[in-house]
Amino acid sequence: MAILLDKNTRVVCQGITGWAGTHHVTQMMEYGTKVVGGVRPGKGGRSHLNLPVFDTVSAARDETGANASIIFVPPASAAAAMIEAIEAEIPLVVTVTERVPLLDMIRVREALAGSRTRLVGANSQGVLAPGVAKLGVMATGSERPGGVGIVSRSASLTSEVVAQVSAAGLGQSTTVGVGGDPIHGLSMRDCLELFFADPETEGVVLIGEIGGFEEQEAAEFIREAKPSKPIVALIVGAHAPAERRMGHAGALAIGGAAAASAKIAALEQAGVRIAPSAGLVGRTMADALAKTH
Amino acid sequence: MRLHEFQAKSLLADYGLPCPKGAVAITAPEAESIARDLGVAPLAVKAQIHAGERGAAGGVRMAHGPAMVRSAAEALLGKKLVTAQTGEDGLTVRRVYVEAVTSSVKQIYLALVVEPALGGFALLGAAQGGEEIERREREGRLVRERMTLSVGAEPDPTELGAFLGAIGLEGAAQAKAATLVAGLRRAFIELDASLIEINPLAVTADGDLFALDVKMTLDDNALFRHRDLASLRDEDDDDRVKLTSQRDQLNFVQLDGDIGLVSNGAGLGLATLDMVKAAGGRPANFMDIRTTATSLDIAHGFALLLDNPAIKTLLVNVHGGGMQSCDTIAEGLGVALRRSGRSLPVVVRLAGLNAEFARTRFKNFGCAVIEEPDMASAAQRAVTVAASGRA
Repeated sequence: MAILLDKNTRVVCQGITGWAGTHHVTQMMEYGTKVVGGVRPGKGGRSHLNLPVFDTVSAARDETGANASIIFVPPASAAAAMIEAIEAEIPLVVTVTERVPLLDMIRVREALAGSRTRLVGANSQGVLAPGVAKLGVMATGSERPGGVGIVSRSASLTSEVVAQVSAAGLGQSTTVGVGGDPIHGLSMRDCLELFFADPETEGVVLIGEIGGFEEQEAAEFIREAKPSKPIVALIVGAHAPAERRMGHAGALAIGGAAAASAKIAALEQAGVRIAPSAGLVGRTMADALAKTH
Repeated sequence: MRLHEFQAKSLLADYGLPCPKGAVAITAPEAESIARDLGVAPLAVKAQIHAGERGAAGGVRMAHGPAMVRSAAEALLGKKLVTAQTGEDGLTVRRVYVEAVTSSVKQIYLALVVEPALGGFALLGAAQGGEEIERREREGRLVRERMTLSVGAEPDPTELGAFLGAIGLEGAAQAKAATLVAGLRRAFIELDASLIEINPLAVTADGDLFALDVKMTLDDNALFRHRDLASLRDEDDDDRVKLTSQRDQLNFVQLDGDIGLVSNGAGLGLATLDMVKAAGGRPANFMDIRTTATSLDIAHGFALLLDNPAIKTLLVNVHGGGMQSCDTIAEGLGVALRRSGRSLPVVVRLAGLNAEFARTRFKNFGCAVIEEPDMASAAQRAVTVAASGRA
């Protein structure tokens, strides 16, 4: 079993007729994901990649029984696409689109509150459950089914860590990219909660970076949840150049300036093992699991 | 995108922000004539740079009369101003804002800001504003108020009243502030701001409000729906390298080392930077290539590195993913090296999608690269190469 995805995940793609939609839906189907249709306003009734195309998400849901959506809609209309999927009560939505305006993401978060939807992203590489399904744009080949859950803010580092985990003789239950933008849907904390409840996930890797407050929020959750599964974290950006500041709001806002060291300290206090280097995440997890068994 | 004080004040005046009378000047004689037109004294002559804490750094000067305004402007214009927020290099002052000085009985801090931890935006406030606010925060002497705002719904009047009361705004001033907050919230949403900070907001003896300083930033990702605002970008104040890289789908920050770094994705880029530092090296830059960058965009990114004479070696750490494969980056490097005619040792670490194809591309371009199998060995090798000056 994995988190978020299973063999019954039926995917509709919003923006299927564009280049990215066409390319990645093809790849997802080759991986074995059940893609059941696409959405493109104005092109309903046609077919693309041998899949039926609908004008609206709700029509696609009614006709195909879709329970997940992946969005490849350009930034200007990405928020409208997400809100449409939320209103159609699609349980799982992944948004790949980058550079969605901040206030649009706030509108999306307001639509998500109290809804039945879990949103991954925007600016996410998606969700991969090796051997089960791929709802995203990540390259495949070095993943293998196994017990390590990975939650990350970075697509390229996820690929790196997947390869390391496989090379260490382990596999992955699910990898989730929460998205690289400051405001997004599912948080690291939410993913940890799902991984802790998943019987097949034996350990979790958290890949964080400077900025924001998510890693601290995850650390707080770990302290409360006291999971029996080992958690390994990699936090990058300790040596990143400081940004020039303007005004004081950054210092007064929740989370403050959020240096790498503050995140590492919060996670260590919660009992998380910190990978000593970005090249040693797989090995650190293998050691942690060996000690647990 | 950061705005100058004079730009923010002019934009927000349309949303009901009360500001003292003032105008912007790029020369000292111009400042003098503005002072004459304003016809009031005293006046403040304020350096327009994209950073705060100007007052403590001598960037805001008081002047009585046009002649003093002229000499204050002369003292600021064309000079570097170093404040607690500029970094040690400081920023060149190219404009001054000449403004009537307003007397006040209270100075308040008021800001609207995107707060990722809330997944929304919020109103921040403090009863005592001014440049001292961060010091008071560090010393635990700051009482800071927060109220979450919504894009979809107007603020609740009772909650807003309580917020404003808590930062010392009562009676007539509170009513005016409530109207001001409504206007600022509308501006924040309509202009796609990520920050509007009024510090201080002066309260006069009559309960009138005046914004003495405003800091405002707009969301770069939303500029596509504000073509008119894009022209407010101050290209002088932004690093030329940074602007070029924005056009080329790169996130580029110049550093002072000798190892040029290239990675795909911000996370891998930061990890590479950390590893080079850990191996005792000095990175010359941070560069993150957007997934939508073409090989030509990437070639421009490499050109930024090859133009820097301090660089002794390049370290290319790529994990090809579904959006950006190794060969696109190899092609970008090949094109840039060919165009620059510079020969530098290039350490590469290729993994993931199309790594093999990238090796072929390097060969076809005639790039002699030093390949390492993993991130740590590649970082170590680049440090060794840079130290010896050759491969």
